[in-house]
Amino acid sequence: MQGITFDIAHMLAGSLVLVSFMQLYQDRLSALLNIFALHALVLAMSVAYQAFVQDAPHLYITALIALVFKAIVIPVALRRIVVKLGIHREIENVFGVGLAMLFGIGLVALSMVVMLRVTSAADPLAREDLAFALSVVLLGLLMMVTRRNAVSLVIGFMSLENGLVLAATGAKGMPLVVEISVAFSVLIAFIVIGIFLFRIRERFDTVDMQAMDRFRGEQR
Amino acid sequence: MTIDALTGVLLIPALSAALLAVLPGYRLTSRLNMLAAFLTFATAVSLFVVEPVSGRYLLVDDLNKVFIVLTTFVAFTTSAFSASYIGHEIEIGRLKLSHVRFYHAMYQVLMFAMNLALVANNIGLMWVAIELATLTTVLMVGIYRTHEALEAAWKYFILGSVGIALALFGTILVYMAARPVIGEGPDAMVWTILVTKAASFDPDLLNVAFVFLLLGYGTKVGLAPLHAWLPDAHAEGPTPISAVLSGLLLNVALYALLRFKMLLALNPVAIAPGPLMVTMGLISAVFAAFMLYRRRDIKRMFAYSSIEHMGIIVFAFGMGGPLANFAGLLHMTMHSLTKSAIFFAVGHIAQVKGTQKIADMSGLTVTHPVLGWGLVLGVVAIAGLPPMGIFMSEFLVVSSTFARAPWLVLILAVAILAALGGLFMKLNTIAFGEPRGSTAPVEASYVPMFAHLAIVFVAGIYMPPALVTGFQNVARLLG
Repeated sequence: MQGITFDIAHMLAGSLVLVSFMQLYQDRLSALLNIFALHALVLAMSVAYQAFVQDAPHLYITALIALVFKAIVIPVALRRIVVKLGIHREIENVFGVGLAMLFGIGLVALSMVVMLRVTSAADPLAREDLAFALSVVLLGLLMMVTRRNAVSLVIGFMSLENGLVLAATGAKGMPLVVEISVAFSVLIAFIVIGIFLFRIRERFDTVDMQAMDRFRGEQR
Repeated sequence: MTIDALTGVLLIPALSAALLAVLPGYRLTSRLNMLAAFLTFATAVSLFVVEPVSGRYLLVDDLNKVFIVLTTFVAFTTSAFSASYIGHEIEIGRLKLSHVRFYHAMYQVLMFAMNLALVANNIGLMWVAIELATLTTVLMVGIYRTHEALEAAWKYFILGSVGIALALFGTILVYMAARPVIGEGPDAMVWTILVTKAASFDPDLLNVAFVFLLLGYGTKVGLAPLHAWLPDAHAEGPTPISAVLSGLLLNVALYALLRFKMLLALNPVAIAPGPLMVTMGLISAVFAAFMLYRRRDIKRMFAYSSIEHMGIIVFAFGMGGPLANFAGLLHMTMHSLTKSAIFFAVGHIAQVKGTQKIADMSGLTVTHPVLGWGLVLGVVAIAGLPPMGIFMSEFLVVSSTFARAPWLVLILAVAILAALGGLFMKLNTIAFGEPRGSTAPVEASYVPMFAHLAIVFVAGIYMPPALVTGFQNVARLLG
């Protein structure tokens, strides 16, 4: 039983890293949104499985939040924004897909080396989860660095938060306060970002972050 | 939950925020904002008289008492400055009345969040509070809805969220380190329980956790190279918010860092957090000091000066030991008071001149003597010249380091002198150059500014023994 339990959790967390990689090479916003929804779905499954394994019913709530908000509500809302702005085909990478993937592999290797070494005392499941979670966090960061578009920046940030949720659920018995707060903060973050996106549109007629850089105070 | 001073510093801002969100107008609400801030300050002072019992969620000890009183005091004086500042902004039509209602409510939410971060006895709760403070300030920085304000808010939001996310990862790792010792559940996140058991935590996990916490909360402290949001956010938001950001929010993030440093210091096998903090502090101080020379925007310049001073403070706490901690604590207090006083002056100056560009506001001592000389006094204080309080604290930082690491003093001295040069070069233009721009009289509230400067001046000459003992106790606590 221990073997299969470990394998399933391992597979789900590993898939999350894999989906993070898929996000890196998407070249259209609408496709990126689909992949983000998949990312959230895998997260929800992973969290639900943790809830089952750890016999911690409150984690089902976290899974539900991930499923409803991150996999359905947010992608749908973002898609509407993207279509409204007419940018669903756009995406700009700062550097090429190949280079981004190479960086991604490097980051995953780094997080494995760091986390597996320091958590030698912890139980194997928590170790793997933590290592994968750090990978997802770092890949989210990488995506935020490699994309210029404000919408994909937001998606990068949310996949980073997904990594945090994975870490929080992997830490057995972590109090509920934190999980709700994580989900809640994502919600607030989304509202704030949503407001900003509309404001940016109003003011700049573009969500390209490079256009915004021109207004930097020092260059007046 | 019983109502005492500890819950008071949370309840007053929370209730006022709800009240201010529905009240129209600005004359009444800005007064109410002041009243609420004053009541919170009075409640905070009462913590010294009757110390409430720390519970599972809220705690009070010598360390956070100092922070709470400083925070609520500066928040109160800033609200007084804010009242006259906002009045002027409405007159010239830069802010709408509906925005002011939002502004006042957010001001109190920010106070609530900062106080919560300071009294939280739970590392998760503290994280939530700092996140709330970040989101509130993001909204306030963007309140003018101009290109620059939106860009600043966006940048602040993205960098702040990434920082906050890294801090959460660090928080989770601390829980993971504590769990095998304390056991599963909420207990493993409570400060007062964590510190008693910290010696037996897994040192490797704590090390990695601290790196994440340093990067995460360090972003909020404004340490280089994670400082990119800070100058923008200071320059483009309303000036009262610049004062609160510089004077208070940076301190709150620093407080979080100090708590985790205490935790690591208790574990004999974990890495010493000191050298990491010393390095980041020095980098920030030197970098920001040299950045001062190229600034054209007055608020941006003082934002860089804040980075420099936070660098010195983090350096002092990184060195550790009773004397350096004392110096760091004193420097933090003096910096908060001086920098907010400077922003009070800068706010009125920018309003009367209609610009923030340094070149367009020269000759200030001629056109507006009180503001001009107030600013001169503030810059003299912030540059660390005697007899002001910052001279005292910088002298203590330097002299306490000299005995232990003379080479580090050299770098620190370069930063302090470079900052002095940069600040005075710009001050020369602003205060004494050819008079330029509007000479219209200004309706300013000088009381908050001069009150702060008076405290800083007195502290440079004489510190009450009770205060010294108090700071010494905290310095010992910090290890």
